[in-house]
Amino acid sequence: MKLYEYMAKDMLARFGIRTPRGRLVSTPQQAADTCAEIGPVVLKAQILAGKRGRAGGILPAATPAEAAAVAESLLGKEINGLLVERLLCEQKLEIAQELYAAIAVDGAARKPVLILSAQGGVSVEEVAERSIIRRHIDLPWGLFAFMTREAVRRLEVNDKVAAGVVDVCLRMYRVFRRHDAEMVEINPLAVLPDETVMAVDARITVDDDAAWRQRDLPFVSEYTAKEQKARDLGFAYVELTGDIAVLANGAGITMATLDVLQRYGGRPANFLDVGGGADAARAEQALELLLNDEPKALLVNIFGGITRCDDVAAALVRVINAREAAGKPRMPVVVRLAGTHEAEGTAILAAAGVTTHRSMEDAAARTVALAGGGTT
Amino acid sequence: MAIIVDEKTKVCIQGITGKQGSFHLRQMLDYGTRVVAGTSLERSVADISGVPVYATVEEAVDRRGATASILFVPAQAAKDAAFEAIEAGISLVVIITEYLPVHDAMEIMAFAAEHNTTIVGPNTFGIISPGKAKLGIMPNHIYTPGPVGVIARSGTLSYEIVDQLTRAGLGQSTVIGLGGDRVHGCSFTDCLKHMERDADTKAIVLVGEIGGRAEEDAAEFGKGMTKPLVAYIAGRTAPEGKRMGHAGAIIERGKGTFAAKVESLRRGGAAIAELPSEVPGLVQAALAKG
Repeated sequence: MKLYEYMAKDMLARFGIRTPRGRLVSTPQQAADTCAEIGPVVLKAQILAGKRGRAGGILPAATPAEAAAVAESLLGKEINGLLVERLLCEQKLEIAQELYAAIAVDGAARKPVLILSAQGGVSVEEVAERSIIRRHIDLPWGLFAFMTREAVRRLEVNDKVAAGVVDVCLRMYRVFRRHDAEMVEINPLAVLPDETVMAVDARITVDDDAAWRQRDLPFVSEYTAKEQKARDLGFAYVELTGDIAVLANGAGITMATLDVLQRYGGRPANFLDVGGGADAARAEQALELLLNDEPKALLVNIFGGITRCDDVAAALVRVINAREAAGKPRMPVVVRLAGTHEAEGTAILAAAGVTTHRSMEDAAARTVALAGGGTT
Repeated sequence: MAIIVDEKTKVCIQGITGKQGSFHLRQMLDYGTRVVAGTSLERSVADISGVPVYATVEEAVDRRGATASILFVPAQAAKDAAFEAIEAGISLVVIITEYLPVHDAMEIMAFAAEHNTTIVGPNTFGIISPGKAKLGIMPNHIYTPGPVGVIARSGTLSYEIVDQLTRAGLGQSTVIGLGGDRVHGCSFTDCLKHMERDADTKAIVLVGEIGGRAEEDAAEFGKGMTKPLVAYIAGRTAPEGKRMGHAGAIIERGKGTFAAKVESLRRGGAAIAELPSEVPGLVQAALAKG
């Protein structure tokens, strides 16, 4: 779960990291009032997307009237496809230098890593490899001050700034561990004219799998309403822009199904991974969710392991019959069944007039033909 | 031979009385796996399908000589269970559990490294040496003994490919699931090292997917291998992930994409299957050359 900037900064502030003075606002009047109180401000759209600045989502204002006008222009606007509903209205700072600091999970190393760079502010993907400092952190001991000092030394900043950065890194590590974060990033970590440091922008991603022990955190949904509903049911579901619905079981095979479908010229409308152990009831919920979008065709690709082909077949027949009873048009459905109870599943579908394929590629090609496109 | 598990592996099932644990106990016994003990918090159960049930892994090791453990416990209890197995001296811990918090996974890996314990998973379908033993949730009937080692990230996609291998008359030495989580134990490279040494394995199939840099690391290791490598990578057309933040991008530095993986595997000498159905043909060709 990604946190909004204002939430991330609140969290950092609770752990003693300095952040700019400011307030979360949702009306032009609130922006003007905040500016009247703290002087020139920067208004920052609170959306879960990087590169907000380049997309026009971060704008300065010198006076209350200007703050109100800027807020007016940003609120309700769409930036990178996301609706702006709130702004962080913060004191405009004079910045001497912009650094980068992050602590993240390094999957390949199986441990956390501290990342620093003297070239903060910009998108860090654009920073040259040689300007990035990495220090892996061993569990359970965690991040020691000396490790941080060694890493910070390579930033080539003066002693006062270095001490400030070391302090921030140690506090970031506490946030990272206490809140089951996948990543805690401060960019820029600004050096002010008095040589103190401050978190001017921050991003924190919390591990969804640890939500059960992070109950004090606010809930942020990164998903569309339907995607969220699917997640609540325990499915991985993603909406796309094509016209063929795809149901498969397991992450790898779902991705492979999309690849094969597109190789034959098909365009997926959405896909749903029912997981490795879906039973009939779950398969039925999954199918209903997919068909709500009224795609041109449906491709079901099941390799039965724990999931039984006959369970999925029975669910599919029930969903097809329910649609028919509701007077909805018959939709082209292509099914690929293999594995556990394959013969039983094939028989159930044959009785309902649905043909099955044993090969995933045949099924994909057939689906594309039925959806009326592609290069079969 | 096979790698990591064989007919001598003595298995303890942690969470043996649960729905998943008891179901897969029977599947594993049917396959001929030596399941010697189980553990459960339900103290009223003395045995299940003839397998003794204890309160602790320590007893499973002391009384029954368990050498490997497989976890069917909920995510909230998995760290405790994994530490228990490692501490008890188990040398292989297979973590089937899904949704394990990543900080717990990192702690388990650190503790396992200290004790020289091999971890497979979390969020894995397990490991099987066909005809010898299986520690996992994979469907028994698709596997057959033979010369092909298979290393996969994802369960059902590996079943798909194993099924095609078996139908083409190509049996498997060992099939291992690394697990779908970002932090996992055994890596592609670890498994390649084992398979390079294993006399039964003549060719290796790597079933990867986008994200992370494990396939790229494996490709690097593959350059020094004598055995042929065939790879299929899923996710060529996957929509760009929303999850990867800047810090992730730094760690990976352009690695993790489909193109990057295929390119490094090609350079590492692997034959690339464009479709899952091309895997058996490429394996046959590689074996014929060898």
